[in-house]
Amino acid sequence: MSVQSHATSTDTPFVLYGETLSSRFILGTALYPSPQSMRDSIAAANTSMVTLSLRRQNPNTPSSVSQDSSQQDGDTFWQYIRDSGCRLLPNTAGCKTPREAINLAEMSREIFNTDWLKLEVVGDDYNLQPCPFGLVEAAAELVKRGFKVLPYTTDDLVLGQKLLDVGCEVLMPWGAPIGTGQGLMNRYNLRTLRERLPDIPLIVDAGLGAPSQAAEAMEMGYDGILLNTAVAKANDPIGMAHAFAKAIEAGREAYLSGLIHKSQTASPSTPTLGQPFWHQT
Amino acid sequence: MLTLSLNNEPHTLPEPMSLSQAMEHWGLCNAMAAAAINGEFVPRSQYTTVTLHDGDTIDIVKPVGGG
Repeated sequence: MSVQSHATSTDTPFVLYGETLSSRFILGTALYPSPQSMRDSIAAANTSMVTLSLRRQNPNTPSSVSQDSSQQDGDTFWQYIRDSGCRLLPNTAGCKTPREAINLAEMSREIFNTDWLKLEVVGDDYNLQPCPFGLVEAAAELVKRGFKVLPYTTDDLVLGQKLLDVGCEVLMPWGAPIGTGQGLMNRYNLRTLRERLPDIPLIVDAGLGAPSQAAEAMEMGYDGILLNTAVAKANDPIGMAHAFAKAIEAGREAYLSGLIHKSQTASPSTPTLGQPFWHQT
Repeated sequence: MLTLSLNNEPHTLPEPMSLSQAMEHWGLCNAMAAAAINGEFVPRSQYTTVTLHDGDTIDIVKPVGGG
C-alpha cells in the first residue's frame, strides 16, 4: 500500500521565477560514461531541469569538440536532452569575467531559446570559487537584459543579499567546491543563509558526493539540489541518480515534518513510570 | 587573404566575406551554433551583414554537457 505523508501532501510547490518545477533535483549532463548513461540517469533522477553548456566547435568536425566520451556523438547527446522533456538551464562555466559570462549567456539564449541561466564567474582556478564582484556585476547586467539568473555563489550571506539586490530571485550556494564530493563544508553559513532569507528559493549547488549530504541540505530547509559529478562519476550513475532522488525527497519530508532539537543530555524514550526492579533509595 | 583566429586556432580566408559565408566555408553552419567576434556575441540575424576583418578572433560554439 502506498502511503503519502501529511507533510508531503501539504508541501508547497517548488517555484523558480514563477515557474513550478515538478522535482527538487536538478541534474548536470557532463562526465557520463556514455550518452545512454546520461539519458537513463536523467530518467532515474526524475528531474525536471538539467544543466548544460556551450563549447567551441571545430571546423568541419562539428561533433568532435567534447573531451568526455558521453558527448563524442554530439547529435545523440542533444537528441537525448530534447527527448527528456526537461527544462534547460545553460551555464556559463569557465567564464572568468563578467564580459565572458554575459556574451556566453547571450549565445546560450540564442541556441537554447531560454532566458534561464546558471551564472558562473570563476574567481580562482584552485577551487573554482565564484568571484563575488564579477558575479554581482554580471548578474546585474543579465537581469537588465531579461535573463532569469540563477547564480552559482558561495555561502556568503552578504554576497547573496547583493545578488538579490540586483534582481536575482534564486540563490545557488555551493556545498563545497565543484567536483570535490566533500558535502556541506560550512553548515553555519548555509544555515545562516536559510534563516536570513526565508522566502528566497535556495539550492545547494556543487560539492556533494553522497545522497546523505543532499538529504542533510534538504533537512536544513533548502529548496533543491543541483549536482552532476556525484552521479556521473559513480560506478553506477543510474543507481546513484535514483539514490539522490530518494534522499532529496526524504530530506524534504523530514524538514516539513520538523526535526527534533538536539540535546546534550539523554532522555529515555521508554516510559520510566512502572520500571520493574526499581526501588526508591 | 585574411588571417584570423577561429576557436583559438589560426585560419585563413581567401577573401573578405560575411560571417555567414565564413561559417559555410568552415562547415559550421547549423542551427545549434552560436558565434562571437572579438569576444562579442553576434546574433544569428546579423550573420549575413557582419563582415570579417584581418586579425579578428571568432568563437563558434555548440551544446555540450555541463554541470
